Amino acid sequence: MLRKIRIALAILFFVPITLLFLDFTGTIHAWFGWMAKIQFLPAVLALNVGVVAGLLLLTLLFGRVYCSVVCPLGVMQDLVSWLSGRRRRHRNHFRYSPARTWLRWGVFLLFVVVMAAGLGSIGALIAPYSAYGRIVQSLLAPLWGWGNNLLAWAAERVDSYAFYSVDVWVKGLATLVVAIVTFVVIAVLAWRNGRTWCNTVCPVGTLLGLLSRFSLFKPRFDVAKCNGCKLCARNCKASCIDPEAHTIDYSRCVACMDCLEHCRQGAISYTWRRSEAAVTPNPAEKSGEAPADASRRRFLGVVGLMVGTALHAQEKKVDGGLALIEEKRIPKRATPLVPPGARSLRDFLTHCTACQLCVTVCPNRVLRPSGDLMRLMKPEMSYERGYCRPECTKCSEVCPTNAIHLTEFCEKSSIQIGHAVWIPENCVVNTDGVSCNNCERHCPVAAIRMVPRNPDDPQSPRIPTVDEARCIGCGACENLCPARPFSAIVVEGHEHHRTL
Amino acid sequence: MKKKKIDRRAFLKTLGVGAAATTAALYGCGPRNGGPASVTPGEVPADGMTFRTSSATGDRVSLLGYGCMRWPQLPSPADDGNPIDQQTVNTLVDYAIAHGVNYFDTAPVYLQGFSERATGIALKRHPRDSYFIATKMSNFSNPTRENSLAMYRQSFRELQVDHIDYYLLHSIGGGKGIETFNERFIDNGVLDFLLREREAGRIRNLGWSFHGSQEVFDHLLTMHDEGRARWDFVQIQMNYVDWRHASGRNVNAEYLYGELAKRDIPVVIMEPLLGGRLSRLNDYLVGRLKALRPTQSTASWAFRFAGSYPKVLTVLSGMTYMEHLQDNIRTYAPLEALTSAEFELLEDTAQVMLKYPTIPCTECQYCMPCPYGLNIPAIFAHYNKCVNEGNVPKDRQDPNYREARRAFLVGYDRSVPRLRQASHCIGCNQCVEHCPQSIDIPKQLHRIDSFVEQLKQNTL
Repeated sequence: MLRKIRIALAILFFVPITLLFLDFTGTIHAWFGWMAKIQFLPAVLALNVGVVAGLLLLTLLFGRVYCSVVCPLGVMQDLVSWLSGRRRRHRNHFRYSPARTWLRWGVFLLFVVVMAAGLGSIGALIAPYSAYGRIVQSLLAPLWGWGNNLLAWAAERVDSYAFYSVDVWVKGLATLVVAIVTFVVIAVLAWRNGRTWCNTVCPVGTLLGLLSRFSLFKPRFDVAKCNGCKLCARNCKASCIDPEAHTIDYSRCVACMDCLEHCRQGAISYTWRRSEAAVTPNPAEKSGEAPADASRRRFLGVVGLMVGTALHAQEKKVDGGLALIEEKRIPKRATPLVPPGARSLRDFLTHCTACQLCVTVCPNRVLRPSGDLMRLMKPEMSYERGYCRPECTKCSEVCPTNAIHLTEFCEKSSIQIGHAVWIPENCVVNTDGVSCNNCERHCPVAAIRMVPRNPDDPQSPRIPTVDEARCIGCGACENLCPARPFSAIVVEGHEHHRTL
Repeated sequence: MKKKKIDRRAFLKTLGVGAAATTAALYGCGPRNGGPASVTPGEVPADGMTFRTSSATGDRVSLLGYGCMRWPQLPSPADDGNPIDQQTVNTLVDYAIAHGVNYFDTAPVYLQGFSERATGIALKRHPRDSYFIATKMSNFSNPTRENSLAMYRQSFRELQVDHIDYYLLHSIGGGKGIETFNERFIDNGVLDFLLREREAGRIRNLGWSFHGSQEVFDHLLTMHDEGRARWDFVQIQMNYVDWRHASGRNVNAEYLYGELAKRDIPVVIMEPLLGGRLSRLNDYLVGRLKALRPTQSTASWAFRFAGSYPKVLTVLSGMTYMEHLQDNIRTYAPLEALTSAEFELLEDTAQVMLKYPTIPCTECQYCMPCPYGLNIPAIFAHYNKCVNEGNVPKDRQDPNYREARRAFLVGYDRSVPRLRQASHCIGCNQCVEHCPQSIDIPKQLHRIDSFVEQLKQNTL
């Protein structure tokens, strides 16, 4: 019964969280956006004391149910491991293994040091929630998008406006590679040994494991009833039950209740009653096979992927009878652009856990994960496909870590995230000899003013000038500039955002 | 018949009737092949065509003329760039001739320059005396004498004929008015040359097609009056909207027709449907017309309007589909002239249409390709469609605001790729001089763009 409740709750969390990374309409977020905000690391990064305290208390009471129910990466591993166990002669395929305490705490300390040193993107590589986000956003979201486009195509045939088609594109190569490697490594580990990753690498698992040793409720042995069949250990995906010693390593137990269900003697029960002997298992001696294996796979995966993606670069559709449109290319920006509500680049980078939720929801195709080493996978803005539209605050609505945070809607258009710079040699007024004021016409804050090119001749062609004090850096000018492939007006980011 | 204001209840009621009638009519005008032998309302009579006789040459011309600017096209052009589906063209031409149509109007510039050849191939399969062929001198971009004469001779080769029945100075009145006319036809002696060709019998009727300022129109008629050039016919844009409510620089057809009728010059009608816009009225207007003649198409009203004027020699229609051809043949076989009450109804229809801010684009594609990649006719077509379907909300308080907003924005992305939408118009004005309807294209695009912006930002 307890196991069924656990599974039901896990599905209740897993499905909506997955949908958060797929849904581009914002409907799911309105209902289930909170599920991202109660994730452990995002709550820590958002300095959300209430949620963190709640999760710690939950663990002290019931053990690591967080890992079994709330964490989507944990549930994903359970899913993989369950599929693996469905194979013939692979039922009951787990066995006890001693804890690798030094590895766990080594990784944990390294993680803390890295985060404290401000290298958040390195830490984010093993952060469970954001790793899951990247996997869904990079691997599942394109399929979702294509499925949607198929529906949109069908809807168009019957004159319905229920679905509209969306662009599916590779938003960041580095992130895609990281996502695939993460997925392959974790899936292989889960396929073979269940929760290995959670109990050796995951920093949240390590931290909660420390508390769950002392939790009030836990699975306990009744040695008198045990007939020594070891079914419990062979069904423990955390490999934490030592059936001979009748001990459970509670730091690794994720409270999945599988052992309770499988014990035919009723010798294990989930209760707060203290049993007689709780011997701590001896620390592990054997090391390293799985990680070495994983890193080799990781390497092969990276190489394979780079080749694969290079071949699948975006192709352009060409219509007959119409002028060809050259694709815009990303200009060099001295300072990267981050969304209004990020306050400053440094603030943003310390809070962001690179989960890609904002990248998923950005309806204007502005946000994409960065490829820069210091900001790896954390979102940045660019305006080749759209610009940061005034009516949209989606990214700040969904951000679980408050890395992007707006208190109210109207705040957005008064935050200066950067300023536009005119590049004379690209401007069509100079190159094509035509008149153009598309940047001026689309500037939402009237920061662009057209002036005669020759100050002495009021009739000379008019060129744009930017009032840096007014410009908010939304990129309407850059996106709608007719110059291609490089726009003639480009937004430079600001290290610190200012409110005008 | 004149109702200035319609309350919403009446409007919705009419709308319902209109929708029902449209459905009924659509069922009623599917293509008929091998149907029952009994006479059905949708039957296409083979020998009922109304003919008009030219006062200039005595030619007996069918009231329905075939415009060759909108021939059916292949999914992708052939290797030589020819976009035309010749096989279907042949079928359409055979059907048209079998049902009495005997006037075919083409030009060297139509369909990326392939229309004359396709028309020639299709007509070559019929006796030369069973049809009249009309083509034009389209020397807009290069008005030198050499180029103009080369264009003239090219037409004979493309059409595979030794004489042209109706030859037109193409699109008089555009550009800088009389100055452009002189540049294209007077200074280079091309008009004198064409007058001599008429004497030699290689041109049987000489005339001109007109778009633009009244000054030029009057100038050419003065030439006629003073005997400097006798015009055998003139081609004008005429329909129940342009009759009294011509848009842009265009002149009211009432004036144009009146002046020509006064001089007994046969009139050829182009744009009887305003580029198809008069076959796609808004639901309310369709409902009114259907209530009177439930089984007849909306387009038939516009054709009956044009045909009801006695000095009209032929009414050109660019029929892409067999169903359009059949529908138009039914309308003119024979013509049932409009009653005065019906004239009044159509005038009222035009007035109601003017209250809807549609853009008078006929999708002729002359403005294309836009150097900055916009699909101008598609943007206008989407906007007009939404106007007619009531999906252009005036205000956020409109009862159907949410649905209309979604239909407009989703439909916009569907019919025009984002990079070809109005927001990319830079206002370079290169398209403006090409538009025969004198639409201020950049201004209209900017208007649509700011409307879209208001919809997106919810600030309407």
